[in-house]
Amino acid sequence: MKSLRHGMLLLGLLPMVAFAAGDGATLQSANIDVGNTASLQRGARLFHNYCLGCHSVEYMRYSRVAEDLGLPPELAQESLIFTDAKLGDRIEIAMPPEASADWFGKAPPDLTLTARQRGVDWVYTYLNSFYLDESSTTGVNNVVFPDVAMPHVLWPLQGWQAARFAPGEHGADHGAFEGFELVEAGQLTPGEYDDAIRDITAYMSYLAEPMQTQRQRLGLWVLAFIAVLGVLAYLLKQEYWKDVH
Amino acid sequence: MRDVLIKGRDWIDARFPMTKLWNEQAGEYYAPKNFNIWYYFGSLALVVLVNQIVTGIWLTMNYKPSAAEAFASVEYIMRDVEWGWLIRYMHSTGASLFFVVVYLHMFRGLLYGSYRKPRELLWLIGMVIYLVLMGEAFMGYLLPWGQMSYWGAQVIISLFGAIPVVGEQLAQFIRGDYVVSDATLNRFFALHVIALPLVLAGLVVAHLIALHEVGSNNPDGIEIKAHKDAAGKPVDGIRFHPYYTVKDLYGLAVFLGLAAIIIFFTPEMGGYFLEHANFQPADPLQTPEHIAPVWYFTPFYAILRAVPDKLGGVIAMGGAVMILMLLPWLDRSPVRSVRYKGPIFKAALALFVVSFLGLGYLGLQPPTPTYTLLARIFSVIYFGFFLLMPIYSRLDPVKPVPDRLT
Repeated sequence: MKSLRHGMLLLGLLPMVAFAAGDGATLQSANIDVGNTASLQRGARLFHNYCLGCHSVEYMRYSRVAEDLGLPPELAQESLIFTDAKLGDRIEIAMPPEASADWFGKAPPDLTLTARQRGVDWVYTYLNSFYLDESSTTGVNNVVFPDVAMPHVLWPLQGWQAARFAPGEHGADHGAFEGFELVEAGQLTPGEYDDAIRDITAYMSYLAEPMQTQRQRLGLWVLAFIAVLGVLAYLLKQEYWKDVH
Repeated sequence: MRDVLIKGRDWIDARFPMTKLWNEQAGEYYAPKNFNIWYYFGSLALVVLVNQIVTGIWLTMNYKPSAAEAFASVEYIMRDVEWGWLIRYMHSTGASLFFVVVYLHMFRGLLYGSYRKPRELLWLIGMVIYLVLMGEAFMGYLLPWGQMSYWGAQVIISLFGAIPVVGEQLAQFIRGDYVVSDATLNRFFALHVIALPLVLAGLVVAHLIALHEVGSNNPDGIEIKAHKDAAGKPVDGIRFHPYYTVKDLYGLAVFLGLAAIIIFFTPEMGGYFLEHANFQPADPLQTPEHIAPVWYFTPFYAILRAVPDKLGGVIAMGGAVMILMLLPWLDRSPVRSVRYKGPIFKAALALFVVSFLGLGYLGLQPPTPTYTLLARIFSVIYFGFFLLMPIYSRLDPVKPVPDRLT
């Protein structure tokens, strides 16, 4: 009976969890593993080469990345830092936001927390959804972020793809998105490109919450401690309550 | 050693009523012996309050209450401060769990009629605690200075503008500016960190003193003081310490387990304890498409939106909270506990629970015509539960109440 009642308490909390589902947008599952250091290292290499030209990660330090990804200081200095920044510095960019706002129409956002703000599935799908669009100033557009100001920076890897849309109705340019076709191949096969952006997404998830694997490891110990405390407290309660009738 | 301790105790007792206080509040405080699971939430609320104060003090050591630095200082706590992430998650999870525990605690009162005479004042003090807690949570939510912090505060403070004549000036007085700004953040910080916690602590003490004066109600809703033994102790009562202290310790362990699952494995709770949009710094120039308050305010937010008129909505929202204060005088049933109330009350209570949870869900969603209609129906049921109570609680056929605890 007692455990049943506690179960009911848990059930009471369930609706809050159930609310968490649903967004509407058709995002592909990022399917990342933030605990996989090799994946994070590959993601870091790509991210630092392709993204840091324009985007800062201003709440994160190079040294923290080096430590968490198991990179010795010299190697980190060499492979993560392409400016005159020191290892202990935060990951900032040289491009002044006023100038980039002028060049792109909008200053490129800081990427420290993007994976937490938009979700890893969004980041993954976004990196997979650039398509050729003559009407855009950058020559590309994005399915999950229409009219995005960012050019397709990863094109040397992916190549160029075109999007297929259903015919537009009621005067609209086009209807629902139907799929992509690779127009011009890049250095990577589609499968390799998928892995590459998955690594980038994993790295961005790490950047957004660098302690997440540590948090889960510690959580198991805390739960084990609380379980022992719970058993002892229960036995103590039973002992005292023997004389209550 | 033992003699020294006894001497020390006597020395203090001669100068300060230490033993007397302990006996009155715990050692010789007799509580009904039939408390069930609903009776854990009072002590749990106290534990959460202590958690919020202690983690809050440590957060304050590294947080910067300024529009320019607040967001970055929170991320600094999350990354560069030793164990900062744990303290922050304990505080953010604690805020939501505070409301979980307090809502369950209040619902217990509703179930067993704990607000009935002579516990009206106990209930009123509890309601004031709830009001202060809402203010405390609202102001604390501005401090991370994320998009939702900013725009949530903007929306809620602007509601004061709906009050005739003085509204706009009042809203300005609260913000200290024409829009939510650095000035607002600074004063909310002061209120969140000092003013309201002080008031809260004082009210909690008053709540406990009032409780120990009138004695605890119980699931049967009958007075244990009606049957006393030769020594003048209630026959169906047991001493709070050690019986309920050890029982509450067990309840605490279960609660800590649930809290740890959230803190360590899903601190965002799917975006309901930490909203996704709040990981973006406040941008006064960019209004988010969908502004929703945190889950614990959404039932009242849904009532606000259900009323087509702005002032009417504000009055309905305020009324929905304040009407709970009238409960001791609205309930005219001859019995206290739901155990002995009749089918009418049980049906009314079930409808009330459905509409409260329904409103909570609707308050999180962007409004659609169907949702607005549902919110209106639920709002009518919500108010109907209270306003019709003097009538249906009298008509309700009740069961005979036992003489002693069951």
